Amino acid sequence: MTNKILIVAEHDGAKLNLSTAKCVTCARAIPDAEITIAVFAVDGAAVAQQAAAVAGVAHVLRIDHAAHGHALASNIAPQAAVLAAGYGYVFGPSTTFGKDLMPRIAALLDTPQLSDIMALESATRFRRPIYAGNAIVTAEIPAGTKLVATIRTASFEAAAGGGSAAISAATPDAELPSHTRFVSLSAAKNDRPDLQTASRVVSGGRALASAENFKLLYGLADKLGAAVGASRAAVDAGYAASDMQVGQTGKIIAPELYMAFGISGAIQHLTGIKDARTIVAVNKDAEAPIFEIADIGLAGDLFQVIPELERLIAASK
Amino acid sequence: MKRILVSIKRVVDYNVRVRVKPDQSGVITDGVKMSINPFDEIALEEALRIKERGLAEEVVVATIGPADCQQQLRTALAMGADRAIHVQTDAVIEPLTAAKVLLKLVEREQPILAILGKQAIDDDSSQTGQMLAALWGRPQATFASKVELDGDKARVTREIDAGLETLEVDLPAVLTTDLRLNEPRYVKLPDIMKAKKKPLDTMDLGALGVAAEERVKLLKFEPPAQRQKGAMVKDVQELFDALKKRGLV
Repeated sequence: MTNKILIVAEHDGAKLNLSTAKCVTCARAIPDAEITIAVFAVDGAAVAQQAAAVAGVAHVLRIDHAAHGHALASNIAPQAAVLAAGYGYVFGPSTTFGKDLMPRIAALLDTPQLSDIMALESATRFRRPIYAGNAIVTAEIPAGTKLVATIRTASFEAAAGGGSAAISAATPDAELPSHTRFVSLSAAKNDRPDLQTASRVVSGGRALASAENFKLLYGLADKLGAAVGASRAAVDAGYAASDMQVGQTGKIIAPELYMAFGISGAIQHLTGIKDARTIVAVNKDAEAPIFEIADIGLAGDLFQVIPELERLIAASK
Repeated sequence: MKRILVSIKRVVDYNVRVRVKPDQSGVITDGVKMSINPFDEIALEEALRIKERGLAEEVVVATIGPADCQQQLRTALAMGADRAIHVQTDAVIEPLTAAKVLLKLVEREQPILAILGKQAIDDDSSQTGQMLAALWGRPQATFASKVELDGDKARVTREIDAGLETLEVDLPAVLTTDLRLNEPRYVKLPDIMKAKKKPLDTMDLGALGVAAEERVKLLKFEPPAQRQKGAMVKDVQELFDALKKRGLV
């Protein structure tokens, strides 16, 4: 028996977010998976092409509608719930897009959701972190229950390209409400890699002591081709923007290299980085908890370490 | 009456280091400090501020859970909620069940806003608010960091991966709160005394006509895989060499 899986694509209207290909990897772990990606957009041609190229995808559905200019859960959910009728699983990424949308779909379907799936044990058995990652629970759904889930993007590699799924248009019949309207998006414009998907991340904490000092990290990040992240303490103190927060309630990331400067390592922060390949920590306090999980630790003053490290990197190029 | 409904959850306190039981049947909660879920405290604070600005007349706080939850409702009343509703049950409450219960309360109370925390720090599900909005057929503005009411509309700024998104929603609506929406007030002793006299309604889950379905079975709880502690280096040159050895610079 095939297991039909519907994945809701995350995109910005032009480009498919890497989180979608990570959902595909998770979905492929389900035995006899038949994977469909649904693209909700005003004109989904470009995104659908990219979704069709993800390896392991069988079908791509284009749901073009004027209401999908911005990813509003109240507009996507009713159509997604109609489409979901023929599927056993409905997946989305555990990014703010998926976290916002998927429970709305689950409730319309009157079916349970599992959030942040990090591993599969079978078609009905899944593992997910709870208590900020202090415990991992194995959860089972009864066979035959439709499952809505968000997929923890830090736990899965993105599926490769090279696929050639068939693209078709779909027009699920659902009334879209007008009670929710997009007003604006303010995003810090920069040329650095996206924090969620960057292979390298340089991150700063309270010890940076000011927004001005925080800029020190940008110099190093640019030399490394890294994204810049921050601890909750640094964001709360106004040194960094909220979309830079890494941790339980911010972004959960899994870069090749994570460099933490002046971050003591609260459990809520560590839960956001523990899937990083290599963790480097620089902190004045040699007893800081971050050193317990760092692969390379240096007890030292970040204001001296960062410029010196930049010099060594520049000299080696 | 312009009313705001706030739902709160009793959870293991934020500062407790949670440990898994040796028999893998759950996490240790015996003798552990319990508190209002921090995001729900922010939800209540926001409701109180809206009321203090004169944009709402009553703040009702509700919870679903065993008898012990009354402590957290009393704390919420001491913070300033006008009355409390305790939907009592010893059953496991999944997010969808919680949303169905809250829908019943919404139908009774007819609030202009239902405000919830964006997630509970025990199961980290982040589902209930969105589910309530879906069942209610009303707007949702999740992960809110700024809320402005304007007549029968609200303008809500949301913390999303791409930055700060602002939505306009018609009331009534469901909001879920992010960390930076506000800083909850401290409870003062006289308020605790006053809170004892505020109304606290208790009702059985069954009386609301909602079944506590347990559709997801939690089979076992395990501690997470630990990362190995790595090596300390003594200076920046050694740090650079270690990075180089791993091919990272």
